[in-house]
Amino acid sequence: MEPKPQKKWAIVVDLDRCTGCEACVVACHAENNIPTVGPEEAAKGRAMHWIRVERYYEDNFPDVKLKFRPVFCQQCDAAPCEPVCPTFASYHTPEGLNGQVYNRCIGTRYCANACPYNVRFFNFFNPEWEKPLHLQLNPDVSVREVGVMEKCTFCVQRIKAAEINARAEKRELRDGEVQPACAQTCAPRALVFGDLNDPRSEVSRLAKSNRATKLLDELGTQPKVVYLERASWHDGKES
Amino acid sequence: MTEKNPNQITEDLLRPVFETSWRYLALVVFLGAFVVAAFSAFAYQVYEGIGVWGIRRPVFWAFDITNFVFWIGISHAGTLISAILRLANATWRRPVTRCAEVITVFALSIGAMFPIIHLGRPWLAFWLIPYASERQIWPNFRSPLAWDFFAINTYLIGSVAFLTLPIIPDWALIRDKARGWRKKVYTVLALGWRGTPKQWSRLETAMHIMAVAIIPVAVSVHTIVSWDFAMAPVPMWHSTIFGPYFVAGAIFSGIAGLIIAMALLRRFLHLEDYLLPLHFDNLGKLLLMMSLLWFYFAFAERLTTWYGNEPAETVVLWATQRGEFAPLFWLMVVCNFLIPCPILAIKRLRTITGTVIASLGVVVGMWLERFLIIVPSLSYKYLPYSWGEYQPTWVEITIMVGTFAGMVLLYALFSKAVPVISIWELKVGLHGVRSQEPGVRR
Repeated sequence: MEPKPQKKWAIVVDLDRCTGCEACVVACHAENNIPTVGPEEAAKGRAMHWIRVERYYEDNFPDVKLKFRPVFCQQCDAAPCEPVCPTFASYHTPEGLNGQVYNRCIGTRYCANACPYNVRFFNFFNPEWEKPLHLQLNPDVSVREVGVMEKCTFCVQRIKAAEINARAEKRELRDGEVQPACAQTCAPRALVFGDLNDPRSEVSRLAKSNRATKLLDELGTQPKVVYLERASWHDGKES
Repeated sequence: MTEKNPNQITEDLLRPVFETSWRYLALVVFLGAFVVAAFSAFAYQVYEGIGVWGIRRPVFWAFDITNFVFWIGISHAGTLISAILRLANATWRRPVTRCAEVITVFALSIGAMFPIIHLGRPWLAFWLIPYASERQIWPNFRSPLAWDFFAINTYLIGSVAFLTLPIIPDWALIRDKARGWRKKVYTVLALGWRGTPKQWSRLETAMHIMAVAIIPVAVSVHTIVSWDFAMAPVPMWHSTIFGPYFVAGAIFSGIAGLIIAMALLRRFLHLEDYLLPLHFDNLGKLLLMMSLLWFYFAFAERLTTWYGNEPAETVVLWATQRGEFAPLFWLMVVCNFLIPCPILAIKRLRTITGTVIASLGVVVGMWLERFLIIVPSLSYKYLPYSWGEYQPTWVEITIMVGTFAGMVLLYALFSKAVPVISIWELKVGLHGVRSQEPGVRR
């Protein structure tokens, strides 16, 4: 029997489709038990959004172009966050995901400093939920305590659940069967999740687009998030 | 110094050990209050969460690691300078070496606390120790923080040995002079020292080995500290210059710390006849050389960054040259170069007061240098959307002030237990008995 090809989970973000509605941000908070920190802490830059929609304004008034870019953990293949962790809390899983072992984290915060994308979030205080929100926590995701780093996991709990289902039904995972909360909730379908090692998957097809770029690709981090963006050179225009 | 006879030396240098004034007690209480305040602030931080500090995303390190690097830097005063002077057989070193070695041990102990107190969960710091755990997990030896753990502990053990070895004959001297409880304590500390030729010869060999061994250890420690930054792909951190730059900066701030400590000891323990203007003059020349070397490194680092014109690095560079951090940057240049250089270069100004003023400048300047290495790079890291400004809180400031008070307090307590100038080494110098000098090959 041929060995099963290793999965290479990836997300394609079509920036030409993103409307900047931030539904993904809310869905991520709900799915992953991410605490809200309140306005004062948020003003100090301590808001925790595993996925954020960056807004960039281009050109001058009145011809202002507003650009949105959802940014979350890029699940780098050569992740700068991983080797620097002294306790293996930041760890490369066999499936190529950047795992974060909360119980193993002692809070040196070195990983967050090394991350070029600033997508790692630190629990400066113990998390709190306003009543009755404490009753809506997702039982599949552990709640993180004070002093621990956390970040986007590609909804690893959903990946694992789908794999277990597929194994119980003695079949392979189907493309599109696993949906992280952000991709599931994205109305314009700007976020697509799938296996890059499956040449027929939607992400594989989209990642081959001539609009495809990677964020801070020049740093050699080999991210598994692909951004699709129509740039001026596609129109044959000088920018 | 040469006019002093051996009995006078013993009497002068043992006086602080046997006599305690109310002023001394007041000083201990005063400094102790700051240390207690710092520990209370730390307890508050552990209870509430490290959010009581000013750190935030993306500036996850700030005062904590600044103080860590600063104190580790100060610690390079001692052992390194003392070892080099011993190996070079500089005879003027005799009253200086112990003052310097003590700084190393205490500054290193203080600096080594910061990697622990800055943790999100400090109670788990022991996971950095490679012990056989039931979960079979080792520390990650690829992490510069794990290298730090080993480097700092090696240096701490080495410098404690380097400090205590030449104290043994002085402890034996106190044992012979003391009565009551002191006699009991110093009998234990003196480790059965009798002053036999065999013992002297062993001390000599041990000191010689330690003096040679401690130099590469000291250099490697601050290189590894610099790699905490240089290993991460952060603008202005990821640089090959960091190893030697940090070592030079460490020696620079270390000499400044030593000069200040010597001036305080001279004043408060009445050591005017032992710590002479000559010592300050010599150390002042050394400080001048390090100031020039520091300027060279700082210039080379910034010139190559500016010339390379790499976008992410340029943002950080200009933030320090003319942006938000420019006042601190130019204050650093004034403190590290513009103040000390003229004072130390002009012979008439290189007095005790002059070198102390220059040293105070250098200590402030080198603290700022570490802050300016850490915070601007993190504030302006790549994606402009997530840039952020850092403001310290009272908790961080209290802890930092506590470390300075703690350093002086430890020094004051040490001066009660041990003569801060090596008595037997002075006497050896007096008689010119070179054969009994540790660290010198016959």
